[in-house]
Amino acid sequence: MDISRRQFLRGAAGAVATVAAAPVAEASAPFAPREPKPLPPKAIGMLYDSTQCIGCKACVAACKEANGMPVEQPQALNGWNEGTWDTALDISGKTLNVIRVYQNGTMAEKDREKDGYAFVKRHCLHCVDPSCISVCPVSAMQKNPVTGVVTYNPNACIGCRYCVYGCPFNVPHYQFDEPFGRISKCQFCSHRLKDNPLFSNLNQGTTGATAANLMSEASQSGRIPACCDVCPTGASLFGWVEDLQAEARRRLALKPGEMYEFPRGLLGGDRAGQVAPVGHYQPHIYGEKEAGGTQVRYLTGVPHEKLGLPKLPDHSYAAISEGMQHTIYKGMIAPLALFGGLVFLARRSAKNGDEHKNDEDRSS
Amino acid sequence: MSAIVHRPLGGKIVTKPFLILGLFLLIAAYFIARRFLFGMGDVSNMSNGYPIGTWVVLDVVIGTAFGCGGFAMALLIYIFNRKVYHPLMRPALLGGVFGYTLAGLAVMIDLGRYWNAFNLLLPWYAQPNSVIFEVALCVMAYITVLWLEFCPAFLERMSPEIRQRFRLDRLQAFLKRYMYVLIALGVLLPTMHQSSLGSVLLILGYKLSPLWNTIWLPLLYLISALTMGYGVVMMEATLVQRTFKTPSEAALFARLARVVAGLLVTYLVLRWGDLLYRGYLGLAFAGDRNGNLFLIETALFLAPIFVLLSRRRASQRWQFLAAISLLAGGSLYRLNSYLMAVQPGNGWTYFPSAPELMITIGVVCLEIMLYLLFIKTLPILHGSTTESHGRPS
Repeated sequence: MDISRRQFLRGAAGAVATVAAAPVAEASAPFAPREPKPLPPKAIGMLYDSTQCIGCKACVAACKEANGMPVEQPQALNGWNEGTWDTALDISGKTLNVIRVYQNGTMAEKDREKDGYAFVKRHCLHCVDPSCISVCPVSAMQKNPVTGVVTYNPNACIGCRYCVYGCPFNVPHYQFDEPFGRISKCQFCSHRLKDNPLFSNLNQGTTGATAANLMSEASQSGRIPACCDVCPTGASLFGWVEDLQAEARRRLALKPGEMYEFPRGLLGGDRAGQVAPVGHYQPHIYGEKEAGGTQVRYLTGVPHEKLGLPKLPDHSYAAISEGMQHTIYKGMIAPLALFGGLVFLARRSAKNGDEHKNDEDRSS
Repeated sequence: MSAIVHRPLGGKIVTKPFLILGLFLLIAAYFIARRFLFGMGDVSNMSNGYPIGTWVVLDVVIGTAFGCGGFAMALLIYIFNRKVYHPLMRPALLGGVFGYTLAGLAVMIDLGRYWNAFNLLLPWYAQPNSVIFEVALCVMAYITVLWLEFCPAFLERMSPEIRQRFRLDRLQAFLKRYMYVLIALGVLLPTMHQSSLGSVLLILGYKLSPLWNTIWLPLLYLISALTMGYGVVMMEATLVQRTFKTPSEAALFARLARVVAGLLVTYLVLRWGDLLYRGYLGLAFAGDRNGNLFLIETALFLAPIFVLLSRRRASQRWQFLAAISLLAGGSLYRLNSYLMAVQPGNGWTYFPSAPELMITIGVVCLEIMLYLLFIKTLPILHGSTTESHGRPS
């Protein structure tokens, strides 16, 4: 791209090539994608184990409460139970997380692809290299440099919705039914994490994550993301991404059916775990590499594509589009050179034009 | 240059077609009011699966391509120094002025948090990695450049006394002297943002069919902008000539035909060559919706190539048909790559609602109304390439 564009420019500057001829040259020369981004140093994340999820949707209700989001229900049910019954079908402008169910055939057995069913939780995966941040023209989407949480600033946002368009997981959602709508997305209950001693002074560079009493304090109710806080089975588990990754690996190595104590709330905290049989896992930790990696991990019993988790390459699409832009606009050299050439040619033709007719006959 | 005399067309402004266009504008105004009072969901079928709808795709992505007449003609006349085409410049520029200005208006209707739009200009909110950021700034700059380039038409129309009283003569002289800088910007800026309109789509990844998703998107968008620019000049000139009985430009367009055909061939070779190289050409013949849309696009690009390279290019009627075909092809390409070939999954579908379309149509009607108003009252169209034509004004 780079080379051909420059050649195109050079051709224009020399005024020898026609507009049409130049750009096809070097059709095979690719440009370099932007370097992949690394996982932030103290990345926090979530492990969702579909085989442990019982579909109680306590996480959905807790999320709404913690984030002050309204109840969502179909119009037909508006009057039912005084409008308190939350029946969100998917994440939306009013719903930051949701449990969806996969159903097949007789639905006889949980976590089976054929004649089975399975649950999946939908919310922001907090990509390592997020498309929403890459496309946002006004820096309304930000990634915390330490914890990696992707946050949204409504005061910056102009509502162009390219984050909605570009997200590979269809996560950010605009409130189309509001005159002054905003983008909704899970921000990992950042407001709760502020009160957590484990994360409150992360930005100063101290961790002290090992002390047992600190962990006990850190895992107290109300101090971790609401969905993981209330999950009764530990299907939604909060913690450091590296620890969660190790936990996911551990589970994959276990024998299906074996009893295992599934941690709950904060991984490494002092809550009692839930003892349950190990699920029949798909041998893939979703979220580890997808789209350049995310800070959420999924373990599932049925293939992830069936649960609405798309198959994605190991790189972020943002690395491609930014690589393209950085190549064309590197140091603004190419646009400035083009501008210089254009000024020169326009000036020349403006001067010539007044006196005598030009080489116009050559064109036909 | 001295041979070209631009003059106002004159005639009644409030005509029957003008009133009909005005009616559509009123309908649009009603729905625009609803959009601001009750939110976008009240009038639009946009959803979080298809958050970009007709307001952006028709009014901005396709609308600005229709506004590329000024860009395409300036490139030919001032950069490649083909002065013969000079009579076509000012009407083309006018099309650009409205195409882009009203695209800006459509964006303001479409922005979900329009009161924050100024943040685009605040350096502490700037996000230079964002392709949309580049497009936004570049389009804003280009709208300014277009109006400045167009200023002489206003200034010429003013009486000398007014010009003198407000010292506009000096502005006129200044603009004339440094017009080449504006012309250079007027070529640079569309080159940048029209290619970026293609780069925007790279972020879609798997959501956009491989028939459209390629790293050559920026170049394909740039070429399609140029061809559509020439197409719109041909179309406008024919319509104006037939409607107002001005001198025909058919001879000029016959010369332009080869340039346009060359661009179209380049576009198709790049498009098909890239698909072949990446091994996705089979998708074109899959017989599904995407494949068929791609083939229709190709046919709409091929037809004008044959016309413009044959003897028929001398005929105004064939020129007009070729222009319509290539404009349709370019528009379909943009519509497909932004909307129709995008599949966000999860069962999402999109078809614009009637009110949503009425807003889009209203913006286009406003554009035509302003175009008519301007060519009737300002010196835009030329009298004749040789001497004035003795037309009543």
